[in-house]
Amino acid sequence: MDATRRGIQTEIVLAATDLDRLLLALKETGYRVYGPTVEDQAIVYGELDTAADLPRGWTDEQDGGIYRLKKRDDAAFFGFAVGPHSWKKYLFPPEVKLWSAHAKAKGFEIEEETANPQKMAFLGVRACELAALGIQDRVFLQGSFVDPVYRSRRDGLFVVAVNCSVAGGTCFCVSMNTGPKAESGFDLSLTEVLKNGDHYFLVSAGSEPGREMLARLPQRPAETEHRQSAAAVVENTAAHMGRTLNTEGLPSLLAGNLDHPRWDEVAKRCLTCANCTMVCPTCFCSTVEDVTDLSGDHAERWRKWDSCFTMEFSYIAQGSLRSSARSRYRQWMTHKLSTWHDQFGSSGCVGCGRCITWCPEGIDITEEAKAIREAPQKTGGKP
Amino acid sequence: MPAQRKKPKVAVWKFASCDGCQLSLLDCEDELLAVADAIDIANFPEASRAFEKGPYDISLVEGSITTPHDEERIHRVRRMSRVLITIGACATAGGIQALRNFQDVEEFISAVYASPQYISTLSHSTAIADHVPVDFELRGCPINKFQLVEVINAFLNGRKPNTPAYSTCIECKRRGTVCVTVAHGTPCLGPVTHAGCGAICPSYNRGCYGCYGPMESPNTASMSGVWSKLGVDRDGLVRAFRGFNAFAEPFRRESEAHERD
Repeated sequence: MDATRRGIQTEIVLAATDLDRLLLALKETGYRVYGPTVEDQAIVYGELDTAADLPRGWTDEQDGGIYRLKKRDDAAFFGFAVGPHSWKKYLFPPEVKLWSAHAKAKGFEIEEETANPQKMAFLGVRACELAALGIQDRVFLQGSFVDPVYRSRRDGLFVVAVNCSVAGGTCFCVSMNTGPKAESGFDLSLTEVLKNGDHYFLVSAGSEPGREMLARLPQRPAETEHRQSAAAVVENTAAHMGRTLNTEGLPSLLAGNLDHPRWDEVAKRCLTCANCTMVCPTCFCSTVEDVTDLSGDHAERWRKWDSCFTMEFSYIAQGSLRSSARSRYRQWMTHKLSTWHDQFGSSGCVGCGRCITWCPEGIDITEEAKAIREAPQKTGGKP
Repeated sequence: MPAQRKKPKVAVWKFASCDGCQLSLLDCEDELLAVADAIDIANFPEASRAFEKGPYDISLVEGSITTPHDEERIHRVRRMSRVLITIGACATAGGIQALRNFQDVEEFISAVYASPQYISTLSHSTAIADHVPVDFELRGCPINKFQLVEVINAFLNGRKPNTPAYSTCIECKRRGTVCVTVAHGTPCLGPVTHAGCGAICPSYNRGCYGCYGPMESPNTASMSGVWSKLGVDRDGLVRAFRGFNAFAEPFRRESEAHERD
């Protein structure tokens, strides 16, 4: 590697007690740092001041419709799986003003929102979340239209990935080939190792800004032993996935089974509450609401997260196209696992398991896909 | 500046209710002066004794129909009103007083009143829309004052009000509230409840009480399944669905399904 030849390290060992130095270095470089923290008995994402804000010594137990925060018997900083929040809340805000308009003597004047948010650093981005970030990049930045809201937040983002040391009960990144090791798309990646009384991070740089940041940290050289221990952490996580999803031929399998009786079964359980889409790190749908003040002289257009589980989502003249829970669940699942491939060239699912955990009824996308695979009406169809 | 509009004449009417919803209008604080400036309040006994005769451009109707007298009166209000907007759970679903609908009212009357012969009441408490055509229903117990301003505002500006009928969960997720059912095991009616309050209770770690009534496609049977798994028994389910919106059709059916004979 060029950087190594020039004498710049791309991989170092950072003592756990020095993790604060990373936050400090990020803040000194002008970033606001966001990462996992404990709030309301869950690990959510919020602004971090010091490493003490991290969920040190906490973990989670997850299953369909169930999430419980638990104490760990060690002092790991990242010994948990993903929680209810995803990073999209920072890049694709739940509610954002797009523009306002003011009445003039003739017509009206539009004032665009020129938000210039402070540079952000995400600390603790998991491999599945990096994949989700890549998917949202494709949607918001790489199509015919670039979303300025997303662009202004995404530019200059500093990503500190964390390779997972535990697999959550609803995780299936191995099936989706998105984790648990972060391979690319980060500036720095950390693997947390607790072994024989030693507690450290193997830190790798994945970009030039990452290498610069690395140079600012107190460090020991990374030896083979450290790399082996870090690799063992990731291998152990990969071996303990809570769920599996067989993706072989899945897009065409689902496309060929749009009238499968399983859709009726899941519709009996589905609350059409939209929680799955809200927690999904790749779901990108939004609606706009126009508001006026009482005088009618001022108007604003707001963009808000929307969901294919609402009636209004498919509302056209005369009514909603997808009035049944069956059609809405089917739309969501087939989009994620089947038609997403046609639209964006990949699956829309990264295997993070949030839709399973945060469905109050515990509907499991892997179970639904499995049920159709086990008793298909047709073995395949045109997606 | 845009042409000065003629101020619409607005009347506020009370039927069987606690007055909380119409008081939301007075509770508008920052917006109150702007509201008062934009409309001509022709009848609003909670605010003023002044009264102007109809017809009215907008009537805001609070409360449910519980007496033969009110059954007549609502027709007069309708005839005098170009647009009739009902506000609150009483007016849109019969309110908490619709609990009478599940019991024998005659029995209550003889038990409660010393001279029951003076009481003239109906066996059921019903929504305004069960009696006259309604142009718009604003949900909630009480209504959200910002939504009330939004509805008046939308009417004044000839646009559709932004009062979505999806679940309360969407409001929780947008504000980043951790799901109380999934993370704490707290029974919550959010998934079957109409949005509008801004998901207040879960943000204080309480389950949703369903104050805004059924959402657009409520799967109450599945909701009861979730609550049962959390340890709520049949009586608990009956009580959960028999709140301020007990007589809203999906909630009524669900509570009756769990009632013991």
